[in-house]
Amino acid sequence: MKTLLNVAVLFLAGAFGLALGWAILDLPVAAVNLPEQLTAQLDMSGVVHPVTAVLLNFRGYDTLLEIAVLLLALLGILALPRHVSDHQHRPFTANPVLQTLARVLVPLMLLVAGYILWAGAHRPGGAFQAGAVLAGAGVLLHLAGLLPAWVTPGRTLRAGLAVGLLVFIAVAVALMAQGTLLQYPPGWAGALILMIEASLTFSLGLILAGLYLILADSRAQA
Amino acid sequence: MNAALVYALTGTALFVLGVAGLILQPHLLRKILAFNIMGSGIFLVMVGLAQRAGTPDPVPQAMVLTGIVVAIAATALALALARQLLDMSGEMRLPEEKSGKDRLDV
Repeated sequence: MKTLLNVAVLFLAGAFGLALGWAILDLPVAAVNLPEQLTAQLDMSGVVHPVTAVLLNFRGYDTLLEIAVLLLALLGILALPRHVSDHQHRPFTANPVLQTLARVLVPLMLLVAGYILWAGAHRPGGAFQAGAVLAGAGVLLHLAGLLPAWVTPGRTLRAGLAVGLLVFIAVAVALMAQGTLLQYPPGWAGALILMIEASLTFSLGLILAGLYLILADSRAQA
Repeated sequence: MNAALVYALTGTALFVLGVAGLILQPHLLRKILAFNIMGSGIFLVMVGLAQRAGTPDPVPQAMVLTGIVVAIAATALALALARQLLDMSGEMRLPEEKSGKDRLDV
């Protein structure tokens, strides 16, 4: 019975895949030429790179909701009762090789994150990529035992997690007087985007590191 | 058929693989992985379809970038919930899938 069901599911999935593939091959060309519209409007966006212009200017509310979703996911994980297992009292042994490596690598990773953030205005890069590098640095520091703040997330850390969303919302509210959500005044767009991106990078780094560390390391708590 | 369409068709294949895995695999970790494979397929379709005219379209690229980050958040939350279930019930599967001989305990 079970095998029959499996075969039926596989068969239906195969048929579904064929239908999807056929739909894709049959799809007419889009009626609206988005790349052309984007190129025409790029001058007023405050940045030169089209993906960054879409992310933080033309569809800024997507990014606003995205950072909110990330924060919600982290809050959800923090809200779950902490895992208590028999590994709880495992003595923490910091590896001196790892510590030295972390001390050398983390400043470089901060430099790379800063560069990627800055480069986002005119080439591939931006807040999310820089935030991922920052998160990597955070995980490395934590594994080396140099940054134990994640064991008990304090008030400063929680404020750091929220600062990206708060700055973004503050900018959105301040610009509401113009009537449209997140429509930057043309002269200020570049500076505002850089400010939002910098705070986003900081918060994203903390949130992404937190997603990993709280999941991986909650056995260290009581 | 150009390269962009090959990407889009690969994306549908990944999506369908993910759907089948989500239905067939009782282990929650595998379900989460299958869900991520579905998501990757959708991203590939979006980016691939958008550039079938020859020029890459930055709008779907930006949306996929957003989607990747949201997928990470959703995966992390799913993993936390799955571990919570493991703590409470001792099993890495949904209660209604207790029977069945293809058990894959960790």
